[in-house]
Amino acid sequence: MSSPSAAVHSPFRACLICAAAWAVPGAGHLWLGRIQKGVVFLITLPLMFASGLWLEGRLFPFDVQQPLVALMAVADIGMGVPYGIAKALGVEGGRVVSITYEYGNHFIIVAGLLNMLVVLDVYDVARGRK
Amino acid sequence: MTSHLGLMVLFSLFVSVVFAALMRDQPAEQLKLFLRLFGGFLAAGIVLAWLLYPLPL
Repeated sequence: MSSPSAAVHSPFRACLICAAAWAVPGAGHLWLGRIQKGVVFLITLPLMFASGLWLEGRLFPFDVQQPLVALMAVADIGMGVPYGIAKALGVEGGRVVSITYEYGNHFIIVAGLLNMLVVLDVYDVARGRK
Repeated sequence: MTSHLGLMVLFSLFVSVVFAALMRDQPAEQLKLFLRLFGGFLAAGIVLAWLLYPLPL
């Protein structure tokens, strides 16, 4: 069960917590004492991201010449450290001829977008709005 | 597992878990919302698939 934190953090500290929440999915909730939610995000979001890579999805490059690709890259980066680990391991290329390529892309993109929602939730909690 | 249905179930599972945890605080309410979301995703996916089936896409 979640144990809501009663403390209202300063904007700077709230942003610091948000940065942690972005870097490691669930870390912000864990920091604020919402253990159950933090553990759920810590397990689910990296697992969804890893599923996308397993399905041979691609981490899109940030290319402003192709606005949709750039938006997908922003969504991918929303995943934080797991994104960096995937890049470092060189598994970001995907395989466009794979039957699961598009599924993989969507798993990766949605995992990043969900983590952004989690970051917004962390900000609200840190500022005492929830 | 990599069938269209299997991947839809997996995707629905992940999204429902995250939304349920985000939007509710009590585990019982989270479970209820998870079941509603998960069932809704699956039902919507199957109904839309059958509606699109006759179209020459």
